[in-house]
Amino acid sequence: MRLPPQPRERIDREAKVVFFFDGEPVDAFEGDTIGSALFASGRRVFSRSFKYHRPRGLVCCSGHCPNCMMQVDGAPNVRVCAEPVRSGMRVTPQNVRGSLERDAMAVTDKCGGPFTPVGFYYRTMIRPRRLWPLYEKFLRSAAGLGKVDKHAVRERRYDTEHRRVETLVIGGGRAGPAAAREAAARGEDVVLVDEGPDHVRPRGDEPFEIVAPARAIGVYEGGLVPVDAGRTLYRFRAERIVVATGATEQPLVFPGNDLVGIMLPGGVHRLVNLWSLRPGERAVVIAADERALSVVSELERAGTEVAEVVDLRETRVRQILGRGKRGVLRAVELDGRPVECDLLVASGGRQPAYSLLSQAGARVEYDPARGIFVPTDPPENVEAVGSVTGAVGPATVPAATYDGAGAKDKCFVCICEDVTDKDVKRAIREGFDSIELAKRYTTVTMGPCQGKLCHLQSIRLYARENETDEATIGTTTARPPWASVELGLLAGRPHEPAMRTSLHHRHKDLGAKMMWTGAWRRPHSYGGDPGEEAQAVHRSLGVIDVSTLGKLIVRGPEAATFLERIYPNRFGEMKEGRIRYAVLGTDGGRIMDDGTVARLGDEEYYVTTTSTGAEGVVEWFEWWNAVWHLDVEIANVTGAIAAVNVAGPNSRALMGKLTDLDVSNESFTYLDAKRAPIAGVPALTLRIGFVGELGYEIHFPSPYGDYLLDAILEAGAEWDVKPFGLEPQRILRLEKMHILIGQDTDSESNALEASMPWIVKWDKGDFVGKWSLEQVQERGFRSQLVGFELANGRLPLEGGQIVEDGRSIGRVTSARWSAELGKGIGMGWVPPDLAEDGAEIQIRIDGNDEPARVRLRPFFDPDGGHLRS
Amino acid sequence: MSFLVTCPNCGPREVGEFHYQGEVTTRPKEPESFRELTTYLYFRRNVAGVQREWWYHRFGCEAWFLAERDTRTNEVLSTELPRPATDEGAPGMAGGAQAPAPSVPEPPSV
Repeated sequence: MRLPPQPRERIDREAKVVFFFDGEPVDAFEGDTIGSALFASGRRVFSRSFKYHRPRGLVCCSGHCPNCMMQVDGAPNVRVCAEPVRSGMRVTPQNVRGSLERDAMAVTDKCGGPFTPVGFYYRTMIRPRRLWPLYEKFLRSAAGLGKVDKHAVRERRYDTEHRRVETLVIGGGRAGPAAAREAAARGEDVVLVDEGPDHVRPRGDEPFEIVAPARAIGVYEGGLVPVDAGRTLYRFRAERIVVATGATEQPLVFPGNDLVGIMLPGGVHRLVNLWSLRPGERAVVIAADERALSVVSELERAGTEVAEVVDLRETRVRQILGRGKRGVLRAVELDGRPVECDLLVASGGRQPAYSLLSQAGARVEYDPARGIFVPTDPPENVEAVGSVTGAVGPATVPAATYDGAGAKDKCFVCICEDVTDKDVKRAIREGFDSIELAKRYTTVTMGPCQGKLCHLQSIRLYARENETDEATIGTTTARPPWASVELGLLAGRPHEPAMRTSLHHRHKDLGAKMMWTGAWRRPHSYGGDPGEEAQAVHRSLGVIDVSTLGKLIVRGPEAATFLERIYPNRFGEMKEGRIRYAVLGTDGGRIMDDGTVARLGDEEYYVTTTSTGAEGVVEWFEWWNAVWHLDVEIANVTGAIAAVNVAGPNSRALMGKLTDLDVSNESFTYLDAKRAPIAGVPALTLRIGFVGELGYEIHFPSPYGDYLLDAILEAGAEWDVKPFGLEPQRILRLEKMHILIGQDTDSESNALEASMPWIVKWDKGDFVGKWSLEQVQERGFRSQLVGFELANGRLPLEGGQIVEDGRSIGRVTSARWSAELGKGIGMGWVPPDLAEDGAEIQIRIDGNDEPARVRLRPFFDPDGGHLRS
Repeated sequence: MSFLVTCPNCGPREVGEFHYQGEVTTRPKEPESFRELTTYLYFRRNVAGVQREWWYHRFGCEAWFLAERDTRTNEVLSTELPRPATDEGAPGMAGGAQAPAPSVPEPPSV
């Protein structure tokens, strides 16, 4: 039932909307919230409380308190009093077994008392210990509010927007817009944020931008103000912040103060004025200030009989008692005198909503005369205006509780977490004498309202019980978020960066099974047996896309000096057109990355890195040169250059078909780099052999990717050329005992212990990591990277243990079955005394210790005959 | 962490655009002892106050620069591109100003 049209009503009586509550259709008007529409339909019970499952109804109608939280279209904990209606939305109650009217869990209110004091799960439910699994099962299902659908899929899109503004005004009551207009008049760029629903609306005629409904959820370092605008998180960076968050009405603490029908004046005000609803039939008003008393005339306008008005400034009340039936208010007892009513509007004055100011760095002080905490000394660029400054008008300080004596019903300090005055008193008896500790123990102020409706009361009660004053007790630290935020909003839009080589789509055409390596998408294999793909390379000819390798050009008069200083290798005396394997290390001697360095000219080198290492290596190079200031330019050309490796005994014949270059072994030898067109494509070809067979790594401009691969597949058809993926490459490289950075090494590995002492040139000058490697040399090895062959056919897991007398002495880093060798092979770290060719070790596989034999030289082609052939 | 850092090339930007590389250290030219080496490698002064440190504008101009930041307030007081090292013969991480070596307590004798 609606009242006749009200002057400020928000609803459009012509526009009907239907949504579903618990499966039943509910009529509403455009402009209603779910809460106002349900109230109009006659609903008074909106939720069941957190712990005791007591019926709860509307209190604030502003989205602050926890009493109207429901599941809306699958999302839990939606404050329906502030959530606008949309046609067809599905709303269900939460934290209920049964219905809102009959909730089986309400038994905790009647007889759970002795078992559920504050912190009960730490003490009542731990003994006997063997019953804990049972307790846990019960607690897990009873705890929390709302249900998250574990099978839900992402259906909403959230965005983050970065905004710069000169003045950001938070709050659209009276003072906020005034401050915004003033700033705009000075010519400043102003944005005003307001949570609505009854304040400013984007009208278009204001001289500033309005973001509403939206909530500033905190003030962070550097004046960053994240604003929750539903689907968009604005990250405002403001030169000046004006906080006009107003003040929050504070409930009174008395037995039965949570009964359905006990509301704050603001809630009543909104029901009447915005949605033209009669809040009750017969009301009692208890108020401590003028503003709360103004609700009386609104009630009368709405046709509610006002049975009694108690002005706490004039009347001294000792005991207030809410009497109800099935959780719904029936009468109020004032010092023992019952007054029948179905609505009690009660308020103990208003507390400035100082949280954002406090987060910005303002101090908070208690004003004993007014009984409120007031913010002072805001930082330079932050200003407070309006009621948040403490300008809330004269009011009396209400008592900590109006509990009287011998009251049976519970007296709630915190309705979010169902914390009663008894709980607080008990915490004090147990020695929680600091408000910060008591907060954590009792969880007062830690519920959904984040202290808006319980912070002040809990401090008052604390002061009284400790026989001290509020100023001594002090306040707890205000932290973001100031209001509930959806996790999706904080997560933002899902970004999953993926890098593809220019041959990507051809891999797909060839039936590749793709895998992730870092952000790169690479072929794992081409649908068949990876071992078979590896064998094709050994037998005849294979081709692999290695475009993911990092590729850098290091050029300049001091390029050689630079590389000699940053790598342990030597490059200065290297001839043009030659290639060297290089290992990059930190100054602590630890291996960072590896690759090849080819000298292209007197002052130009072409450096390759691992597939995921390119950016890191560029940063590393630039960092050292930021200090050295050597005359050298470093360019990352990874994206511009694609690369394929053709490998196998027939690769020379294939190259002969694709290029005019003399590819004979005499003129294009192992570790030569030559520039010449391949299949007409300008290319740099490196003769290297990561996979152990004769091979050519062709580097060429990315756009020719598909074309060159096609040319290779076509020209190689006579040798039955096969594309191969990353997995077969891993088998092939393991056969050659070529290490994979990050697989066989970790952040502790150095080049010496990784069995590559030939990398380190001691006789050159200082280089990054030299002194640390000297220390390793001096102190002796602690472990060493070796190869091993498995005697039996079983393979250990990578990361598996190498054991001696049942004790772990090392670990496996790689293990594969080699079809070429007909045995299981691997690499791992062993103590130095076992790093001898032929040494016997034990590897734990599925709980059994399997014998293996250490190998120091490559399993396949140890003398490199295939590479050099 | 949500402060702004002023890149010498790009101006004030969100701290998330940058990579922080820690306080400026001095690389000894020829460490006399293992202790001197490990002090350089692993010990930091970790001051509560103004410190010189390395930053890299990773999602921007990709330049390394030096900043003076108050570690208590995250106020970035100044930033500058590194100047050529005074002694070009030896690689060092000191940048313009030489940071004093951190004082490391001697390990207790056992």
